[in-house]
Amino acid sequence: MKVLLVDDSATIRRILKGLLGPLGISDILEAGNGVQALKVLAENPGIDYMLLDWNMPELDGLGVLKQVRANDAYRDLKIIMCTSEADKTKVIEAIKAGANNYIVKPFTPDIVKEKLVL
Amino acid sequence: MEALWINTFCTTTIDVFRTMFSIEAKPGTPRLKGEPYPTADITGIIGFSGEAQGSIALSFPSDTALKMVSTLVGAPMTGLDMEVADGIGELANIVAGNAKKEINGIGLSISLPQVVIGKNHVLSVQSTIPIVVIPFSTPLGDFVVEFCLKKK
Repeated sequence: MKVLLVDDSATIRRILKGLLGPLGISDILEAGNGVQALKVLAENPGIDYMLLDWNMPELDGLGVLKQVRANDAYRDLKIIMCTSEADKTKVIEAIKAGANNYIVKPFTPDIVKEKLVL
Repeated sequence: MEALWINTFCTTTIDVFRTMFSIEAKPGTPRLKGEPYPTADITGIIGFSGEAQGSIALSFPSDTALKMVSTLVGAPMTGLDMEVADGIGELANIVAGNAKKEINGIGLSISLPQVVIGKNHVLSVQSTIPIVVIPFSTPLGDFVVEFCLKKK
């Protein structure tokens, strides 16, 4: 399984990498903002999951979500928002835009595992 | 400033630290900011905008910040560098995002984090909005939450 972590916080990316390792996921790519995320997606076919933050510079998570869902090449990509935006309206907005699931920070290892459906 | 918000920021901070560190952050007595001003070595700041405006800041002494970020990433942090700043900024971001959800009936946006590093710094906010200071104690050390919020 290949996973792309998109978050402007290197700390969060490091925490998530640490959680994914014990789940048997070692093919992990990273991006620090939405523009980088789209570049990594384009240059690395076969990414299965994208864990996507919302509030980022350059291009935010909702912007990434909409662009990715408008591209049929990524129709099989599972996108999980992983964000401190905890409002119900934000969750609804993300699901309507095409997110497959939603993790609110702070998260526990069990929550990440459950949302990745492993 | 709604008195209820003090409880919101208190309980949100407690919940976040319990989830992220498996520790209890015990709040002290909230007070309005005034002399003696709290000092810190590193502070994460998030702005609020929208139907209310204000900010929240989480301020730590150096050793507490290092212990907390070391715990988060599972590796020792030895100095207040950009990696530690990122961790502290993210902590502030998570507390702010979760507090925002609990503040009912007010549409709020949160800014990207800003982090201040400097030994014994004092935060000065040019605002007429009262600033509430809540001290916290934890097994990893003490820290302070400062927030201000006013409906437009």
